[in-house]
Amino acid sequence: MGLENQIFESLPDVITVKLDAVVNWARKSSLWPATFGLACCAIEMMNSVSARNDLSRFGAETFRASPRQADVMIVSGRVSRKMAPVLRRIYDQMPEPKWVISMGACATSGGVFDNYAIVQGVDKVVPVDIYIPGCPPRPEMLVHAIIMLQEKIMKESVKDRRDTFEEESRKSIVPGTLPVTEGTTLEDSARNNPTKPYTVPSKHEKRRSS
Amino acid sequence: MADTKVLHEFVEKLKEEKSEWVTEVIDALGEVTIIVPREAIVDVCWVLKKKHDFDMLADLCGGDRGPEEDPRFEVNYHLFSTTHYNRLRLKVLLTEDEPNVKTVTTVWKTANWHERETYDLLGIIFDNHPDLRRILLPSDFDGHALRKDYPLRGYEPYSLN
Repeated sequence: MGLENQIFESLPDVITVKLDAVVNWARKSSLWPATFGLACCAIEMMNSVSARNDLSRFGAETFRASPRQADVMIVSGRVSRKMAPVLRRIYDQMPEPKWVISMGACATSGGVFDNYAIVQGVDKVVPVDIYIPGCPPRPEMLVHAIIMLQEKIMKESVKDRRDTFEEESRKSIVPGTLPVTEGTTLEDSARNNPTKPYTVPSKHEKRRSS
Repeated sequence: MADTKVLHEFVEKLKEEKSEWVTEVIDALGEVTIIVPREAIVDVCWVLKKKHDFDMLADLCGGDRGPEEDPRFEVNYHLFSTTHYNRLRLKVLLTEDEPNVKTVTTVWKTANWHERETYDLLGIIFDNHPDLRRILLPSDFDGHALRKDYPLRGYEPYSLN
C-alpha cells in the first residue's frame, strides 16, 4: 500500500511516475540528429539511416537540416580549423537539451591528420557525450552509439539541462576559433598582430613583425 | 614524346618582340617552360594573349623550393589556347626577401583567386591585386602553410594541439 495505490483507487485515469523517467523516455525515443556530415564518416552516417541498418527503429532517423530542430549533433568527420567556429555556432543554435556524438577517429582525436589544418578532437570546441572509434566506424557502431546515448539520457535529470544564455555559450568558444569577418590583408595582420610567440620563427615571420 | 616545335615558334616570336623577355627555355616531357623576368610577366602575358591567342589561364600556382634555395619561390603560369590548342608554361623566379610579382588579373580575371591562393599558402605578394587576402586558410591564420619551413602542426598559440 503506497501512495500510488491510493491515487489509483481514487483517480483511476492518473498514473504516477517520476518526472525524470517520463521526460527522459520522451527525449531518448525521438532523438533528432542535425545533418552535419563533414567527411567520409558521413557516408556511414547516411547508411545507418537507410534500409539495412534503419536507425528509425530507435527513433533517431529524422535528420534535420536546421539545428533549431535538432537534439543531437553527430560530428561525422574531420573538423578543420576553419570549420570549428561554424560547428560551434551550429551547436549554439541547437536548443537544449542537446547532445554530441563524435563519430570516428578524426572527430575524436584528429585521427591521421595531425597537422595545422585539423582540430585535434572536436571536444576542444563542443562538449562530447559519446565517442565512436573507427575509420570510418561501421553503421552498426553509430547505431550502438545512439543506443548508448539513450542509456545515458535515461540517467539524466531534468534539472541538469537548462537553456544557457547566448552570451554564456559565446564565452565558451575556444579563443582563436571565432570567425573573423573582415578579410585580413597583409597590412592588417601585420598591424593587429605585431608580435606573436612563435615556436619556430621563420625568416618571413620575423620580418613581418618587425 | 610530343613534338615541341610549335611551342618553340612562340618562344621565337616572343624573343623577336623583346629579347630580354626570355631568360631561359626549358624543354622537357613535351612541354615548354619559359622563365620570364619578374618585371616583364604582365607584358609577356598580354602579348601571348592578344597576339598568339593564349586566351585561357589554365592554372596559376606557386612553389617553394626550400629556404636554402635562392631564388626560393617560383610562380607558374599555365597558358592554354582554345583556338590552336597549345599549352605553354611561364615561370617567374622570386627571392625570399622580395616575393613580389605584378598581378595578371588585368590580363585574365580568373587569376584573382589563383593569386589569392598562392598568397595564402606561400606568402607571395601580387602587387596591384584588387583583393589580396586569404582564401583557403582561416583569415586569422599565422604564416603560410605550404612554405617548407612551416611546422606541420602550426604555430603553438594558434594550433589547437
